[in-house]
Amino acid sequence: MKPEWNQWAREFKEQYPGANSALMPLLHRIQAEEGWLSDETIHDVATLFDLPESYVESVASFYSLFFRNQVGKKVVHVCVGLSCALAGSDRLMENLEHRLGIKEGQTTADGEYTLLEAECLAACNQAPVVQVNLRYFEGLDPERPDVLLESSKSPEEEVKP
Amino acid sequence: MSQKYYLLRNREVADIDRMDVYLAHGGYQALKTALTDYKPEELVDLVKKSGLRGRGGAGFPTGMKWGFLPNDGRKRYLVVNSDEAEPGTYKDREIIEKNPHQLVEGIIISSYATKAREAYIYCRGEFLFGAEQLQRAVSEAYAEGFLGENILGSGFSVDLKVYRGAGAYICGEESALLESLEGRRGNPRLKPPFPAIAGLYGGPTVVNNVETITNVPAIVTYGAEWYTSMGTAKSPGVKIFSVSGRVSRPDNYEIPLATPLRSLIDDYAGGVLPGHKIKAVIPGGSSVPLLLPDKLDTPLDYESVLQAGSMLGSGGCIVLDDSVCMVGATARLVKFYREESCGKCTPCREGTYWMTDVLDRIERGQGTEEDLDTLMDIADNIGGKCFCPLGDASLGVLVSAMKFFRDEFEAHVREHACPMGAKLYDTVNH
Ligand SMILES: Cc1cc2nc3c(=O)[nH]c(=O)nc-3n(C[C@H](O)[C@H](O)[C@H](O)COP(=O)(O)O)c2cc1C
Ligand code: SF4
Ligand code: FES
Repeated sequence: MKPEWNQWAREFKEQYPGANSALMPLLHRIQAEEGWLSDETIHDVATLFDLPESYVESVASFYSLFFRNQVGKKVVHVCVGLSCALAGSDRLMENLEHRLGIKEGQTTADGEYTLLEAECLAACNQAPVVQVNLRYFEGLDPERPDVLLESSKSPEEEVKP
Repeated sequence: MSQKYYLLRNREVADIDRMDVYLAHGGYQALKTALTDYKPEELVDLVKKSGLRGRGGAGFPTGMKWGFLPNDGRKRYLVVNSDEAEPGTYKDREIIEKNPHQLVEGIIISSYATKAREAYIYCRGEFLFGAEQLQRAVSEAYAEGFLGENILGSGFSVDLKVYRGAGAYICGEESALLESLEGRRGNPRLKPPFPAIAGLYGGPTVVNNVETITNVPAIVTYGAEWYTSMGTAKSPGVKIFSVSGRVSRPDNYEIPLATPLRSLIDDYAGGVLPGHKIKAVIPGGSSVPLLLPDKLDTPLDYESVLQAGSMLGSGGCIVLDDSVCMVGATARLVKFYREESCGKCTPCREGTYWMTDVLDRIERGQGTEEDLDTLMDIADNIGGKCFCPLGDASLGVLVSAMKFFRDEFEAHVREHACPMGAKLYDTVNH
């Protein structure tokens, strides 16, 4: 456990009438630093909340944005919703798979990229859309996946709770 | 088309997401008016008179919902639903990213009206920028004394927090949202009791959609009669429609209710893509039945769309043209519900799984005549038999597609292939 986690947990708990409401904010905060939620993290968070590990695990596993496996520095979510599909998202996904040499759901060997499907990202007017570490890339050309991989921002700049 | 904006004011005023700009354009004047000229009950009456209905999908009258809160002295909560994830819907995201202060102002006025001491915005996990924009707006509102203790010397106090979800469509369902906000898995709760009686932390709670609450400052400013001067008697006011799919100008359009569907598609969204014909329209988000081209003159109000055989829902309008395979489109939407089923009840969890399986098989050309009956059979076992409305939502497009486009499903079986190439995207068309 990192020393600051205790402090964060206390701060979040003070903000809500029910202590468990602080659980998701803490998981978000830790994941923003660590990149994912390991078994050890689940254990530590359970201790901080005086909850069974199984409870924390049941919450963490319910939500698709909590990663229970190690992910790449950049998590690429390709929207595969209907409006994006009509604008070529499947083709874009294929091109990304080819370009990165991995399949959807996998992480590149150098730990740089994880490629995932997303459901409708509420940007259907800009289809097809992708999020890289939850930042939008809109109106993409399905044949030009490279623009997604050239973003200059570091993930640290991009994801803060 | 010329447009007047009451909700998407960001389209008229640059940088209206900043406090100074919002203030310079009349921002938080409605809050001052509400706190000085109205008692809370009078505001509830105003919203009742305006006829404003919930924009989250169900269209429930907002003032009436506020009136359901019991007068039993318990602490009240207002929770704003910013979990927008219904495929085809992207209106709330524009509000929170581009015009967040109008939402925050609406929340403060609505909290005063409902006597809520604490308010939350539950923001979809994927909306990181939206959550940042909201957090900034909330901090600025605190700094101006619009939030916190004794707001503008009125004696009224309310706190507002932005809460981030973490990726689960079901958390848009209000009781699942409250579960999530309390630090649990987002499984829906048994209703009744409704949130008004036992909501957040068991307290009396109002849950309203982002767009619903964003209407409130405008109604305070311009009055109930202004609101009822638009739309119909039962569906008054303005609504944002998110148009996507095979049209020239997919975008959000803020228009009076009862504007004909044809006008939304042709006059606003620039019509269907050149050289194509409309095949079907999903008028209210992925959960509602298809409308065929013969229904294009339907006025977009709650009653008329229902009468035409669909629902106004969230106002997410997906336009499908003759290049779109209905089996493929249906399969895509049903898969969404499989992914997002929370797993609590069997008909939804298993049914959406099997429907996806069978639809994929048919789309690949490996389906049989029997599969078509199986689909309807599974649908029968889901319809009306699920714990929450998500199960039924998975059937909206499927059942209507099987009714209107059964020939396409049969062609897939007969030809052992998708006649349109099993691709939703045809490079030739682009
Ligand atoms: C599966 C499901 C998903 C929903 N998603 C949303 C949503 O993303 N946003 C929303 O405002 N309402 C959503 N709703 C409706 C809410 O349960 C609720 O009715 C609404 O937030 C009430 O606000 P309103 O009266 O202002 O519309 C959803 C309902 C269901 C059954
Ligand atoms: S209908 Fe689906 S989403 Fe709703 S409770 Fe049942 S399994 Fe969960
Ligand atoms: S379908 Fe991709 S953003 Fe809506």
